[in-house]
This record gives sequence, structure tokens and C-alpha cells, in this order.
Amino acid sequence: MTTETTAEVGAEAASARPMDLLRFATAGSVDDGKSTLIGRLLYDTRSLFADQLAAVEAVSAARGDEYTNLALLTDGLRAEREQGITIDVAYRYFATPRRKFIIADTPGHIQYTRNMVTGASTADLALILVDARKGLVEQSRRHAFLCSLLRVPHLVLCVNKMDLVDWSHEVYEKIADEFTAFAAKLDVPDLTVVPVSALHGDNIVSRSEKMPWYEGPSLLHHLERVHIASDRNLVDVRFPVQYVIRPQSTTVTDYRGYAGQVASGVLKPDDEVMVLPSGFTSRIAAVETADGPVPEAFPPMSVTVRLTDEIDISRGDMICRPNNAPAVAQDIEAMVCWMDETRPLQLGGRYVIKHTTRSARAIVRGLHYRLDINSLHRDESAGELKLNEIGRVRFRTMVPLLVDEYRRNRTTGGFVVIDETTNRTVGAGMIVEAG
Amino acid sequence: MTTTAAYQVSHLDALEAESIFVLREVVAEMERPVLLFSGGKDSIVMLWLAQKAFAPANIPFPVLHVDTGHNFPEVLAYRDQRVAELGLQLVVASVPEALASGLVRESADGMRNRIQTPVLLAAVEQHRFDALFGGARRDEEKARAKERVFSFRDEFGQWDPKNQRPELWSLYNGRHQPGESIRAFPLSNWTELDVWHYIARERIEAPSIYYAHEREVIERDGMLYAVNEFIRPRAGEERFKARVRYRTVGDASCTAAVRSDADTVAKVIEEVAATRITERGATRGDDRVSEAAMEDRKREGYF
Repeated sequence: MTTETTAEVGAEAASARPMDLLRFATAGSVDDGKSTLIGRLLYDTRSLFADQLAAVEAVSAARGDEYTNLALLTDGLRAEREQGITIDVAYRYFATPRRKFIIADTPGHIQYTRNMVTGASTADLALILVDARKGLVEQSRRHAFLCSLLRVPHLVLCVNKMDLVDWSHEVYEKIADEFTAFAAKLDVPDLTVVPVSALHGDNIVSRSEKMPWYEGPSLLHHLERVHIASDRNLVDVRFPVQYVIRPQSTTVTDYRGYAGQVASGVLKPDDEVMVLPSGFTSRIAAVETADGPVPEAFPPMSVTVRLTDEIDISRGDMICRPNNAPAVAQDIEAMVCWMDETRPLQLGGRYVIKHTTRSARAIVRGLHYRLDINSLHRDESAGELKLNEIGRVRFRTMVPLLVDEYRRNRTTGGFVVIDETTNRTVGAGMIVEAG
Repeated sequence: MTTTAAYQVSHLDALEAESIFVLREVVAEMERPVLLFSGGKDSIVMLWLAQKAFAPANIPFPVLHVDTGHNFPEVLAYRDQRVAELGLQLVVASVPEALASGLVRESADGMRNRIQTPVLLAAVEQHRFDALFGGARRDEEKARAKERVFSFRDEFGQWDPKNQRPELWSLYNGRHQPGESIRAFPLSNWTELDVWHYIARERIEAPSIYYAHEREVIERDGMLYAVNEFIRPRAGEERFKARVRYRTVGDASCTAAVRSDADTVAKVIEEVAATRITERGATRGDDRVSEAAMEDRKREGYF
């Protein structure tokens, strides 16, 4: 696996010119060539090392594989290597001069909805692979649905193994059309379809000469340039207070700062703010980092906010604007993906919800329906949600949560469900409405 | 903050913000956190980030050094200097003391990487630490690629890779029973190159052994080991002088040096960007034992 661009890409990556960060999730099974594609991206951007490759080659040879199995690069755990399956989300890293990339590589099997949801929760972009010979399969539709449920802003469909269909424009068009039609029924703001051969490197780093009919960008070109700056919500000021900084020191006295990461919006000194749940208002005296005050703070900055008034504020409170505030709610309607194999979600079940920096005890008051993610059929007779099942659930919380709809705000609209007896994370919720 | 355009941050700023969030989250939710400090570049950066996360207050937790007794003197000096500068409480978990008391026994190959785990766990129990900050990065090794930012450990300090808590958005679940603990990895998403770019940007001082210097070495299993009180030439091994630097800092008996002329941060960055071997593959005898060496050590409670 070499291309003439390899050296150039690596050399430029060494320069310290500022690049930004793109997180993407990959979905598909080993059969779709997902591992080969990831191996190709890592290799062609010089992010794959000789000793990693040698280790994989040695294991491949020992197992009697006919080719170097790049899946072994991502299958990190002993059980995975022995059983030839991927159990868990693996994180991979590569960089080009323009961007640093974090890949959340999620296994594609039917039973791993949990992992796909986990990987998609932080993704700016999701990459779905299909085998050009097989076209769309149930799994491709399921992955597209989960990406839309998790509101991943950008979706890329890679029609892989184009070499095995004679680089056929027709085959590509048929798959692209079918997928585009399916995506139109979902919440997919941006879709790009790229015909590739991961094995041969066509349309991965540079445009392929084998498919002159394709006029779009190569995959890497798209990943490097897809516009993600507008994906962030810069309108609704939401600053969940994470920690109160009060130095116990003789040199710094009377300092009280509210530390946290900006969830959305832009905070500036002198802005009028409201603190929830108390509802008290004040003004921002300063927005600070350890390097000094900053003129403004926006996502994903971690800062410390100081207010002009002394108000009682603690972890779990939220700083927002008086005329633009989240709902203060104890009744939460959400789409919930269940993640626990031992006990299903049940009506009347008691859990802890962790939402932003606030945790609250909660009871399941309603299960409206369970969603069949293949047919999108709603089963209203469902009495529970088992592992990897998704349904619409109503929770009642003991203390109010400060929430937005997930479709408007992924940070203040998402929560995890924790089992109080086992302390395990058992579910993920996306808020639909709050009352 | 270096903003590349309106309301955009560089990848280093994004990583820094995420790490600071993780540090604050642990301190807010856990009872007795501690930061594992080895003097290695990752723990140096982690300590730097901790300083930033709680400024202008002091770092609100102690640091723990697992002292294998096989130390690089430059690294110990660096540790003591930083602890003094920041006014930190330093807890030392000593492998030599544990050997003397019979808690652990020297392994046949003389490497102390494996036996430091019980020593670490004993210190955790003694001080009732419930959260340990580690500098591990997911790009280091493939078992680590599947590690959570908040990694749950049972009362024996063990990691169960098949039973990890799902981690969504930036919602970390640190709940645990008494005796159980969390390992928190604020640098999970950093790469070796990110760490060096950050060291350069922030002008962080690193122990001198990270930069090229002349050293007397021997070649063993294709790696260069410094000749010191822990590593003596065996029959057939020749000692010679070479210009080297360390890419990782661990136990002095199993950490190898690499040939290098990189004597400044800028040159190190250039070298790291061009290298074709992973840092652990190039320098760690302990990871070469088996395909699953790291996974096995992690299961037992290794960092």
C-alpha cells in the first residue's frame, strides 16, 4: 500500500500550523472492507507505524490468513483476535496538515447498536460503508437511522469495492439513489456519496483515474474540507457549571469563579445572564482561562466565568440568558437506547439520570413505543426495552433538569441512564420534549 | 488560545479544553483523586493541564509516584522540582520497600514493570484513593485504543475490557462502591505528536533525557539500553557511545533509548512526525513479551 502522496502528506503534518479537529464514526462490518478503509487512511497519512504493520502481518501469517488482515489493527483485545470479532469502540487517530481526525471505529453487527450510538454521540461526521456488489443492506439503513437519531451533522456513504463491479457508474448510481431516497426520510442534513476501492486506494486520498465519471472529491479531501464550524450552536448560551473555584490562599482572596465547558452560545464580559434553576440574574464580570481573561468564550472552550454579583451557584447549575433559557423540567420525554444486557428498562424502574453536570434520580413513567430500527415501525404494546432496543420513554425526575431538545442542542439534550444498584451506565437518552 | 477563524479553535485548544473538562469532572465527582506522576512527558502535560484547570487555586489533589527503584536521576530531580514549584503533596509508592517487606518478589528477568502493580494498588488502598489520573493515550497501544476516559476498576484494581461502561457525549460515569475506583485518562485523545506540539506551544520544561545527548549504551533485542547500575552488559554485548534520546520514560531497566540528534523541541517534533515506529514498540521491552502484554498488565491493575 503506497501512493506518491504519502511522503508529502506526512511531511506537511509535521508543521505546526493550526489545524482543527474532526471526529468521525465509522460503521460497517469487516466484510464491507471497513478495516481496510481505516488501514488505508492511516497508512496513506503516515499514521500507521512499521511495527504495528509488522505485528499484524505476523499474526495474519500465523493464523493462515491469505492476506494481511488489517482488521487486526483495530481488534485490540485478546478475545477479539481469537474470535475474529470486534467487541468495542476503538479510537484511532490520524492527521493531515489541515485537520486532526479522531475515528470512533464501531463494530457493525446487529447486536452492537450500543457501540454505534456511543461512537456517533460525539461524531461530527459518520462514514457508512456498503459493498458495491451487495448494495444497501438492512445494516446500512440501520446505521443511517442511528446517525440521524444521534444528529450526526454529516453523513458519508462510501460505496466500496468498486473494483469488483468493474468501476461501474450504473452500480454506483443505483446505490447512491437508493440511499439518498432512504436518507430523505430521516434527519440527515448533509449527505455525500463517494465510490471507492479501499483495497486499491481509489478515491481515498486522491481522485481515481478508474472512475472518470465521478466528479466529486476523494474521501480524504472531503474529510479535510467538510465545513463543521457551523454545526455548533452559537446562539443559545448554555454554560453548565462544573466546578466552583474558590482558592484557599493568602495571595488570592475573594475569588469565586464558575468553571465549565461552554455547551453552546457565546459568553462575553458584561453580558446579562440568568442562573438556573434559581432564576437569579447577574452580569458576566470576566471570562477567564489560566492564561488570562478572554474576550469571549464559545464551544468547546473550557473557561471560568465570574459574575458581578455574589449569588449562590453550585455544580449542576446552568448559566444562560434571561431571554433564552433551557426548560426547567421534571418530566422528560426522550428517545432512549438501552445498553444493558442484564436488566431491561421497565415501567416504574428507578434510575439516576446524568445530564450535563447534574444528576437526578428518576422513575420511568411511560414507555410509549419501541421502535423497530429496520422498519421504523412503532410497537406500542412493548412493556420493556432490552439491550440495543430503542423506544420513546417518559421519565419523572426528583429534581428539575435544565434541558433543551436534543435536535437543537446535543449537549443539553443528551443524557445517560445509570442503574443505581450496579452503578452501570445502562441507557442513553435524547430529549424530544420537556414539560 | 489560537483561533484559526471566527469561533473556531485549533485541535490543540480542543484537546486542552477536553482534558481540562475531564480533570474538573473527576475532582467534582470523586472523593479522593490522585495524579499518577512518572516524570514522563504525558504526566508532565497532565500536571500542566491540572494547574490550568483549577487556576488560580492550587491543584486540589496529591501526586503519586510509583518508584520502581530503577530511576533515571534526571527524572527524579525533575519530579522534585515540579512538586516544590506547585506546592504539591507527593506520595511515593516504593517498589524497593515492597520487595523488602515481602509484598512483591523480584521477577526472573529483573524487570519491575509487572511487580509495580501490587505496589500501586497497596498505595491506593492505604490512602483510599478512589480516582487515579493516568497519562495514558489511546494511540499508544491497541488495548488502550478501547479504553474509556473514565475506566472502572473493581476492588482488586482490575480492568474488565468486555464489561466497560458505555461513554457517550461528555457524560462520564464515575459511580462506584467503596473499595472500587476509577482511572481517569484526560489525555485519551492526544497523540504523541500532539503532546510534543503542546509542550512546544506552552514552553513546558521536560526532563533532559527526552532530548538528544551522548550516552554509553548496549544493544539488546535490537534496542539501545543505557549502561547504568541496572543494566550491565551481558556476554557478547559491547558497550559504546551513541547520541540518543528517550521517547518514553519508564523503569530504567526496561526503557530503551533511540538514536537521535533531536536536541530541541522543534527537532523532536520533526523526528516524531517522520518516525515509522510507535513509541512503545521502539522503546519498551515490557510490551514485547507477547501480543497481549499491555492488555494483561491492564487487567491486573496496571496504569
